[in-house]
Amino acid sequence: MSRRDVVLQFLMLVLLGLGLSWLVSNVTGNLERQNIASGFGFLNERAGFGISQTLIEYTEDDTYQRVLIIGLLNTLLVSVIGIVLASVLGFVIGVARLSSNWLISKIAMVYIEIFRNVPLLLQIMFWYFGVLRNLPSPRRAIEIGDSAFLSNRGIVLPGFTMLEGAGWYVAALAISLTAWFVMRRRAHKKFLTTGTPQSYWRVLALGAGTMFAIAYAMAGFPFAADVPALRGFNFRGGVNIIPEFAALLLALSLYTAAFISEIVRSGIVSVGQGQREAAAALGLSNNTTLRLVIIPQAMRVIIPPLTSQYLNLTKNSSLAVAIAYPDIVSVFAGTTLTQIGQAVEIIFITMMVYLSLSLLTSWAMNSYNKRIALVGQNA
Amino acid sequence: MSSATHWTPKPPRPAPVHTVGVRGWIRTNLFATPSDTLLTLVAMAVLYLTIDTLVHWAYIDATFSGANRDACLKAVQGACWPFVDAKLGQFIYGRYPELERWRVDLVFASGVIGLIPLLIPAAPFKRANVIYLLGFFPVFAFIMLTGGRFGLEPVETTDWGGLLVTLVVAITGIVASLPLGILLALGRRSQMPIVRSLCIGFIEIFRGVPLITVLFMASVMLPLFLPDGVNFDKLMRCLIGVALFSSAYMAEVVRGGLQAIPKGQYEAAAALGLGYWKSMRLIILPQALKLVIPGIVNTFIGLFKDTTLVLIVGLFDLLGIVQFHFTDASWATPETHITGYAFAAFVFWVFCFAMSRYSIFMENRLSTERD
Amino acid sequence: MSDPIIEIKQMNKWFGNFHVLRDINLTVEQGEKTVICGPSGSGKSTLIRCINRLEQHQEGSIRVEGVVLDDSSKGLEEIRSNVGMVFQQFNLFPHLTVLENCVLAPIWVSKMAKAEAEELARKYLERVRIPDQADKYPGQLSGGQQQRVAIARTLCMNPRVVLFDEPTSALDPEMIKEVLDVMVELAHDGMTMLCVTHEMGFARKVADRVIFMDEGEIVEENNPQDFFSNPQNDRTKLFLSQVLQH
Repeated sequence: MSRRDVVLQFLMLVLLGLGLSWLVSNVTGNLERQNIASGFGFLNERAGFGISQTLIEYTEDDTYQRVLIIGLLNTLLVSVIGIVLASVLGFVIGVARLSSNWLISKIAMVYIEIFRNVPLLLQIMFWYFGVLRNLPSPRRAIEIGDSAFLSNRGIVLPGFTMLEGAGWYVAALAISLTAWFVMRRRAHKKFLTTGTPQSYWRVLALGAGTMFAIAYAMAGFPFAADVPALRGFNFRGGVNIIPEFAALLLALSLYTAAFISEIVRSGIVSVGQGQREAAAALGLSNNTTLRLVIIPQAMRVIIPPLTSQYLNLTKNSSLAVAIAYPDIVSVFAGTTLTQIGQAVEIIFITMMVYLSLSLLTSWAMNSYNKRIALVGQNA
Repeated sequence: MSSATHWTPKPPRPAPVHTVGVRGWIRTNLFATPSDTLLTLVAMAVLYLTIDTLVHWAYIDATFSGANRDACLKAVQGACWPFVDAKLGQFIYGRYPELERWRVDLVFASGVIGLIPLLIPAAPFKRANVIYLLGFFPVFAFIMLTGGRFGLEPVETTDWGGLLVTLVVAITGIVASLPLGILLALGRRSQMPIVRSLCIGFIEIFRGVPLITVLFMASVMLPLFLPDGVNFDKLMRCLIGVALFSSAYMAEVVRGGLQAIPKGQYEAAAALGLGYWKSMRLIILPQALKLVIPGIVNTFIGLFKDTTLVLIVGLFDLLGIVQFHFTDASWATPETHITGYAFAAFVFWVFCFAMSRYSIFMENRLSTERD
Repeated sequence: MSDPIIEIKQMNKWFGNFHVLRDINLTVEQGEKTVICGPSGSGKSTLIRCINRLEQHQEGSIRVEGVVLDDSSKGLEEIRSNVGMVFQQFNLFPHLTVLENCVLAPIWVSKMAKAEAEELARKYLERVRIPDQADKYPGQLSGGQQQRVAIARTLCMNPRVVLFDEPTSALDPEMIKEVLDVMVELAHDGMTMLCVTHEMGFARKVADRVIFMDEGEIVEENNPQDFFSNPQNDRTKLFLSQVLQH
């Protein structure tokens, strides 16, 4: 570094410091004039407003801190489910785009070109104001099957409640799943040492059957169906999906799936034809080729951009505010900010939450990338 | 050596008829295997249902003329196009005074005139073109749109709306984010640790948070940062937010281009005795920017779609103004929302699709140039 | 004498409307070494790619060890595991080590135990003279080494015949010899081989028969002695004068 560079950087620091202190003095002056408090004390105050969807218990008497957590959980809920749906749909469309069937490939292309070239916010509003809020009222709800209902108040699905003794069933399920994992691993190991494929399905089915039989013997059938029914102007019982959540989830998944499918497509295309031919020439079946040759190589190309799509989806879930789905931006940077007025602190906290999510993800991504990077110059 | 016989190749025969032509194409692309056939039939059924529904809604059952909602309230309802027709002026100009709309048209036309030759790689006078578009045009557009000078009626930005606001936000964001993004990208690759960390910090922060929080910051926090009495209008604050946000993304695109330039180019520039800025301006950046034109266009597409977010902080862009006019009771029908969204979606789609095609065109062009 | 390993009768293939292979007749007996040469675009690669059905022919018949190759062939994977193929671009799996490349097919196709497959792989890696590279990734090896791994990978399936598709064309000159040496040894060990190559020295040294192709046809076939010294055909002569002048 030359002397000039050092001086230059020093000057920059000084300027930055001066600029910052000027901003700080402006902020303190403005806050005083407008009688806005500062500091994070407000987090312990009573919020006093209701929230339409809460994953953990919440009443109007809870604090703003609780509101922040509720909002964050709602953001995570819609993001995680959105990521799962978008991935499944994206993979299907990406593979369809590569189909040798012309019609399937073209339909996939049309899907991609429509959904990724229309603003997400428009899509969210379309599903919410255009479709879901346009549905008939609960009294004239559309029935799906006998016990699921679609109305402008959302989607109501039948659920079930666990009565006493349901723990037996949970335990049976847990044991069966664990057994499945263990047996699968052992079968694979044994296959590698002996070369004969191992079948474990019969033993597993027998074991799991026994487990559930024991649960039945101990507890009978400790479940009660929870079928929604119309009471007055709305449904009671069952599982209610609010239209805000449904619209946001639908739009986020359909939009992101278009991008994911392009990533999947280019990932699969990046594995050269030569790899497929070499595998075929060795006598590997289509399935084995896909599992051991194509997918491991394609995933290296797919995963980095896929992660950034997941992050985009999470960040885009903040558009919830436009349809009042109670995510972190909506209830914290929205309602809370309006009530408290402490813009600096509230925007700072909101940004920090997103920033931490992003940095955490890219850190995990980078370490994963290092682990799977292809060795060698020609790779 | 004995004398050799003369060899004449056999004339080629046409391929068996079931493998070529329309028949062969249909066989290999639609009905190659039984499962393929099943897939094709299912796809055809789905396609038929979708297209049938769309055509019924948009054309057969649609209403095309009428002065208010009454025309659109029929037994079988389709799109209510008179709504779009009646509000078209608002959708394009917002509340911009009708007598002054020619100014918007003029700005739009002069922008298109500058843009088209720039997009055609073979068109001459690229330098003059860029100066016109980045130097003259913004000043001209600013004077024409805001008015208050040269005898033009002043028009408050609160009266702007519709496609006008969408384009103003998008184009300002694009024009401002490119130079800012280049500076940030150069800063991120700088040898100076303080410059580098400041740039990395800026880029990662803006890329790590959603645009809506940046817009909230610009609309709620920015006034707090300014001395008492100094204030920008809301549009200006949003423009600043959008520009900062997209410059962080632009910086990463440009950085990709800078990294793709071989080290030899940097060394050659240094060997010619060019200083840092000169070698960047004359040697490195022209090559790097050309390499990432597709990436830049993709960032523009993202930015263009993101302009809709300004409606959340209370500006009326195209989507915002369409949404606003849903509240007009004289047009309230069950189909008004969907009709309005379909119209807005179509406009956005045309812009974004055109840009993405252009990006693909440039990508192909660049890859053939490289070979 | 047993059945021929490969028997092609009146085989024709088109790419779209382009007639790439015209009335091909070819029989390869057990232990026979055949070299196919010809100008580029003459269809020689397409011909051997038809033999393990990487390409599909439209007319005529191909039999591999008596089994007819067509759309309905159930045991395509088994046929392919008996017909080895070495590609111009090596086509090693870059995400697997050299050893993993070699044991993949023995484990998943021949259902061999892992330890047994590894032992076999090490034996063949030794035979292609790179026993000490087993745990490296393909990207860490030179082109010549990669091609030798590809040969070892093919040999691990104990194929009845090995098809070579211009195995030395993608290699730097100094690496061609190391690959050819391995191929010569293989030939001397009695492997049935069908090689598309421009290496005329190799053809002279090991081939039982040289086939010359042009315009999708077999123009001439002969033993290497007569093929090189006394070509029967003016087209062959022209080709030989072009490839042998240096």
